[in-house]
Amino acid sequence: MPHDHSDGDHSHSHLGEMDVRVRALETLLVAKGYIDPAAVDRLIETYESHVGPHNGARVVARAWADEAYRDWLARDATAAIASLGYSGRQGEHMVAVFNTPDTHHVVVCTLCSCYPWPVLGLPPVWYKSAPYRSRVVREPRRVLAEFGVVLPESTQIRVWDSTAEVRYLVVPMRPAGTEGWNEDRLAALVTRDSMIGTGVAAVP
Amino acid sequence: MNGVHDIGGMHGFGAVQREADEPPFHAAWERRALGVTLAMGATGAWNIDMSRSARESLPPAVILTSSYYEIWVRALESMLLARGLITRDELAAGQVISPPRPLPRVLGADAVDAALARGAPTERPAESMARFAVGDRVRAINQHPSGHTRLPRYVRGRVGTVSLVHGAHVFADRHAVDWPGGFDDRPEWLYTVAFAGAELWGPQAEPGTVVSVDAWEPCLEPA
Repeated sequence: MPHDHSDGDHSHSHLGEMDVRVRALETLLVAKGYIDPAAVDRLIETYESHVGPHNGARVVARAWADEAYRDWLARDATAAIASLGYSGRQGEHMVAVFNTPDTHHVVVCTLCSCYPWPVLGLPPVWYKSAPYRSRVVREPRRVLAEFGVVLPESTQIRVWDSTAEVRYLVVPMRPAGTEGWNEDRLAALVTRDSMIGTGVAAVP
Repeated sequence: MNGVHDIGGMHGFGAVQREADEPPFHAAWERRALGVTLAMGATGAWNIDMSRSARESLPPAVILTSSYYEIWVRALESMLLARGLITRDELAAGQVISPPRPLPRVLGADAVDAALARGAPTERPAESMARFAVGDRVRAINQHPSGHTRLPRYVRGRVGTVSLVHGAHVFADRHAVDWPGGFDDRPEWLYTVAFAGAELWGPQAEPGTVVSVDAWEPCLEPA
């Protein structure tokens, strides 16, 4: 399964073809003066090395540890998240949704692949894939079970389809047995999938 | 447009395939595809809704058989060609044949961090009172425009409840259309509308599920 993508045939000849195609396009755009290759490098470096789910994990850990922050996050997620240094592209307008025993939240973009980049980084392939996007709005309980998240029938599942520029961050439930933990220890329990809603926080 | 990008509720795509310890990119060209696409986006030659529209407008068979970043690259090429920023001959030759066209700006390396941190906020001062409030019952209009729309097919004609009011935001459906002298960023009120599973999927709905979309006021009517 690890390299079995459903979104196309990644044979070597195909990769070679795309490699040539993208290289030629970039070369042309640089020669035209439209793009600066050093800016392209910086954009890639940002999303490959700096921005990722560790950002969102800090937001969640703070919300678990600090009730005033949790209230702020519920009221104005964009500002509360920006106060930790995460803002901007694909996170301009944030809403945090809080999992409870009664309601489990899960996020999707059925039309493309909208995802809260400043807090989660670039989306995984499965999030952008047709199986997830087509199914999670119609049979979320079944999809979540495939992710290993089996919820009681009494728990309502709320699916958020990101069809505008609002981006949703799921705040998973804080695991039992973490009373008194500091934010660093708590953040280590917060997985990417738990902030999409296709997972829950790790149990210590 | 009723394209193959609008797949909420469709059957037949199979199981969700996950990858353990997935890297951000699966090939070197995917890195460049992301970087080049974002750098061109930052020039102001088009906006993000125009990009989405270009991706959706690729031939259906291409969309269904291309990887994610391949769709990005093909749509980028089509936008560059459509605006005369490059020519087919240049694309084929991989070198400059005609002089460049002026762009609003070029993103320098030292401006990247600030540009990303700023993003492109879509909220604008409201030009009218909100027509709906939290708790109102609304119907997503039945519409099938040939151009870009962010109202997915699976909610059209369905009745839901307003659960959030987000303020006035640039209306993507208009913003995606070429407009003389810039972009049409006139805002409309934006709402989160929640639909009961059974309203969307009938007898096949899973019990206890609610699905919401974010919809602009012109796409909603009182129910």
